[in-house]
Amino acid sequence: MTPPDAPVHRLPLTTPADRYRAMRLVRGFEETALDLVREGVIAGGIHPCIGQEAVAVGVCAALRENDLITSTHRGHGHVLAKGASPHRMLAELAGRVTGLNRGRGGSMHAADFSLGILGANGIVGAGAPIAAGAAWARAGAGHDTVVATFFGDGALNQGVLLETLNLAAIWRLPVLFVCENNGYATTLPADGSVAGGPLGRARGFGIPALAVDGMDCEAVLTAAEQAVERAAAGGGPTFLECATYRFEGHHTMERRMKLSYRTAEEIAAWRERDPLPRLAASLAPGEPDRIDAEVARLLADARAYALASPAPLPDAACEHLYADGLRPRAGAAP
Amino acid sequence: MTKLSYTKALNRALADALAADPSVCVLGEDVGAGMAGPTLGLQARFGADRIVDTPLSEQAFVSMAIGAALAGRRPVVELQIPSLLFLTFEQLANQAHKLSLMTGGQARVPLTCLVPGSGSREGWAGQHSDHPYSLFAHVGIKTAVPATPSDAYGLLTSAIHDDDPVIVFAPAAAMAVREDVTRPLEPVPLGQARTARAGHDVTVVALGAPVPTALTVAEELAPEFSVEVLDARTAYPFDWPALNRSLERTGRLVVIDDSNRTCGFAAEIIATAAQEMPLAAPPRRVTRPDGAVLPFALDLDRALQPDARQLAAAIRAVMK
Repeated sequence: MTPPDAPVHRLPLTTPADRYRAMRLVRGFEETALDLVREGVIAGGIHPCIGQEAVAVGVCAALRENDLITSTHRGHGHVLAKGASPHRMLAELAGRVTGLNRGRGGSMHAADFSLGILGANGIVGAGAPIAAGAAWARAGAGHDTVVATFFGDGALNQGVLLETLNLAAIWRLPVLFVCENNGYATTLPADGSVAGGPLGRARGFGIPALAVDGMDCEAVLTAAEQAVERAAAGGGPTFLECATYRFEGHHTMERRMKLSYRTAEEIAAWRERDPLPRLAASLAPGEPDRIDAEVARLLADARAYALASPAPLPDAACEHLYADGLRPRAGAAP
Repeated sequence: MTKLSYTKALNRALADALAADPSVCVLGEDVGAGMAGPTLGLQARFGADRIVDTPLSEQAFVSMAIGAALAGRRPVVELQIPSLLFLTFEQLANQAHKLSLMTGGQARVPLTCLVPGSGSREGWAGQHSDHPYSLFAHVGIKTAVPATPSDAYGLLTSAIHDDDPVIVFAPAAAMAVREDVTRPLEPVPLGQARTARAGHDVTVVALGAPVPTALTVAEELAPEFSVEVLDARTAYPFDWPALNRSLERTGRLVVIDDSNRTCGFAAEIIATAAQEMPLAAPPRRVTRPDGAVLPFALDLDRALQPDARQLAAAIRAVMK
């Protein structure tokens, strides 16, 4: 069965309307994905980034085409904002052969190397050293590539992230460290678990560090543009602490649990600061509605595409394990 | 004819790869000075941008090497102590090894991890004497354990050329070996065993430093039995057809394996041979004990390593 071709997708991030469209795309994608989790089409679950769209879009809007990113378990926004096809991304979440990763990665490992997306990652903090290595390699080959690595406040307590901050600083690597501080490492409040604070962590290594309103796409863009410019010019890494919030739970399983680590008041207060209406307010009257309708059509199409795509064949479960096609022995002897 | 040392062979493999391909680079602790041996003199020849001295941040620099590999380099990371593989198990097993599958074949991770001085170094105690090649074979990472200088050259060269992560264990006991090299050094394919000694009564499978032990025992027993020694060269992939061919002749199997016994390299070979290959007698293995932690005192250290006496006894037992 020949998988359908995904339509060619372009996601310009040049104007505020472009960036609003991108944030709406991420929001709508997550809503569609939540539906598909409920419907049982997406196995396992997802870590929705609803509420955090401004960070993904603001940072990716500052990146150039050949710049790279690494992402996190809560990575749909980063991957889409860097230009991945929502059709193929949704197909990946649904475990289809047309998915970005041919159905082998799912939500937490989505990657599109052709777009400089070196992958989401299921281990907290693990993307940062990979980003630093890619940045080192590109700089060593004479390119001005910048690598943005997204991570949450939980990653600030991972040793490997601290090691990476040191290496990036001493080697002046063109890395943009983007901390999405959404207040919680799963359920553990960031306040009180990061000694010295997020900015203090970076400044301890001599890395310029900036607090940014992560609910304001344009503020994120401005900060990220300066960081990208500096890194591309050989000025080394920058650390952005983007204060943000996830409106949904840590993951979709949380919906079935009655957890009390966040109050309804706190969630409501952050919802008041929703980055989408905030940017919409700066657009021409009618423009947000027009974009919303356009994105809704696109996502309906992406959903249909994912559902129409075939699942991989069980016989191919070990394909792509090795670059040279080494076939591991089967678990049951022939 | 020249005598080639094992360490010099590794050094030449690195130098040849660095000279042939500008994407090859080396990252590790003290690699500039060449403290562990294999990188001696390379920084002077290839520069500090390609022979990169890293701070003591194994997890970050192994992961950086993965990122560099994704961005087109062929990095070699040197880990001076085998137990650093435990510290970087996340990076090697959970990142480097999984990226190709998880990305549906998009990611290529041509990373080589060189571990000079694996296994017992005699007198370096519990945290410097591990030899965890079975662990990485279990994970499915390509795992080479060269026994001779020419194989050290050949397997390290193939590891660097390979598009997947490969771990090359250079056993401490093998690094002292010197070899008369009569043929040009060349790449040795990963997954191709070598018949180190032909025989027709019993097959001894060995890997790394126990290969010369097996050859010595085979000579000692020559008046009684004709012992074939199969040097596996790589723990993973393992050359099953070569083992099958050998067992078709001998029908008897002993494995000497410097791993802990449970789930070790020898266990897999014997299980597969029992299930799929012709055996005329129950096979035997000689390994480290279960859960071995090498104690410091030399007699205790040696007591836990598989040795010639144990191997000879195992051969006699399968020949009964």
